[in-house]
Amino acid sequence: MERTTIDLWVGIFVALGLAALLGLAMKVGNLTTSGIGETYTVTANFENIGGLKPRAPVKSAGVVVGRVSDITFDGTTFEAVVGLSIDKRYAFPKDTFANIYTAGLLGEQYIGLEAGGDEVALVNGDKILQTQDAVVLEKMISQFLYNKASESPEAKESGEGVAKTDTNSTKAADDALGSNPLDAMTQPAKP
Amino acid sequence: MIRSNILVGLVRILRKIGHNFSDRIWRLGAGARLFGLTLAYSGESFRRFHLTIREVYFTGVMSLIIVLVSAFFVGMVLALQGYYTLQKYGSSEAIGVLVALSLLRELGPVVTALLFAGRAGTAITAEIGLMKATEQLSAMEMMAVSPIARVVAPRFWAGVIAMPILATLFSMVGILGGYLVAVPLIGVDAGAFWSQMQANVDWRFDILNGVIKSLVFGVACTMIALFEGYDAPPTAEGVSRATTRTVVTSSLAVLGLDFALTSFMISM
Repeated sequence: MERTTIDLWVGIFVALGLAALLGLAMKVGNLTTSGIGETYTVTANFENIGGLKPRAPVKSAGVVVGRVSDITFDGTTFEAVVGLSIDKRYAFPKDTFANIYTAGLLGEQYIGLEAGGDEVALVNGDKILQTQDAVVLEKMISQFLYNKASESPEAKESGEGVAKTDTNSTKAADDALGSNPLDAMTQPAKP
Repeated sequence: MIRSNILVGLVRILRKIGHNFSDRIWRLGAGARLFGLTLAYSGESFRRFHLTIREVYFTGVMSLIIVLVSAFFVGMVLALQGYYTLQKYGSSEAIGVLVALSLLRELGPVVTALLFAGRAGTAITAEIGLMKATEQLSAMEMMAVSPIARVVAPRFWAGVIAMPILATLFSMVGILGGYLVAVPLIGVDAGAFWSQMQANVDWRFDILNGVIKSLVFGVACTMIALFEGYDAPPTAEGVSRATTRTVVTSSLAVLGLDFALTSFMISM
């Protein structure tokens, strides 16, 4: 084969390699939000966002309506400020409720929007006031165990108190779960 | 009488084991010497760089098709199998991370090196073995042209250049294959696929370490192929055996080196 043809092919080969490396590097960096056309951005403050990541989906009624555009920390209120890019086609009321949910038990986290009843719609730059933090599994488990442990000495005190303490401990378990975001996961609190 | 026969047989076996062992050690030493000579003659061979470019064409560009097609299918199978398992735990969004990390860290460099040994390594061994059998190498020496500078070094550097490029392309195409199965076919969310991948793939520890691995595999595979060719008995049978040995030794070396490199990289 002609020498220049070989040079050309080797040049293409090396260029392809460099392009692949660049492509891989870009994947690690950022990829522009794609798949959604015109968007408007609103913010929501959370006390705890758990494992929420930028570009995570924003869903309403289970349908993806936008993406998390950025996550910053507010140094004065010590809260996380989450920017949501929502598709322009969907207008949400001003009193929309934003929750952080988890897909499956250990899946990735996303933001769920529950539309309220206000007639005024959210516009670009608005802030969602009603939010529900992410479920922190460790906190929930430790709280549950703590409540359980504080009840158990009673059970050992006397044999006749068994029935009573039984109802008590189930009540404690209910309390532990009831005061918890898990409740909001199964039956979302309406504003 | 019988006892002495058994003794003779035992001695023969022991002698054979000892001979095999010392032969391996001898070959290792000769291979290391050839490696040193190749590095020493590299400067001379770089003065005719077009020789190396020619070899990059034969080892790298000609291996592209098999590497890319394998990568595509490996990526697709990874996504299918990964989805099947992950979906049981309700975290099928993690499929992007699974595909990307397994390709970048392990499958990219290792499978490429195995294919490279089969596609390019055997060609190198057979070519050099035949050059030796037809006394072309002796003729070069007769004309005061160093066969190491003219034949061995360009092939060595071509392999070292081509392997990382092939491995990077393998990972890239494999991820694309995984994407095609996961997103349009299975219906995993595209944003979650990429965002989880980007959140969990590290430039330094995943991508760069994969490239380093493929570089080391490139040196090992090419050097083994060159040595086996250079060392082959100058007969048809000798060349055929040397070619077989190239594939076996390269594959074992790649897998062994992979374990060593991985444990080293993880402990870092």
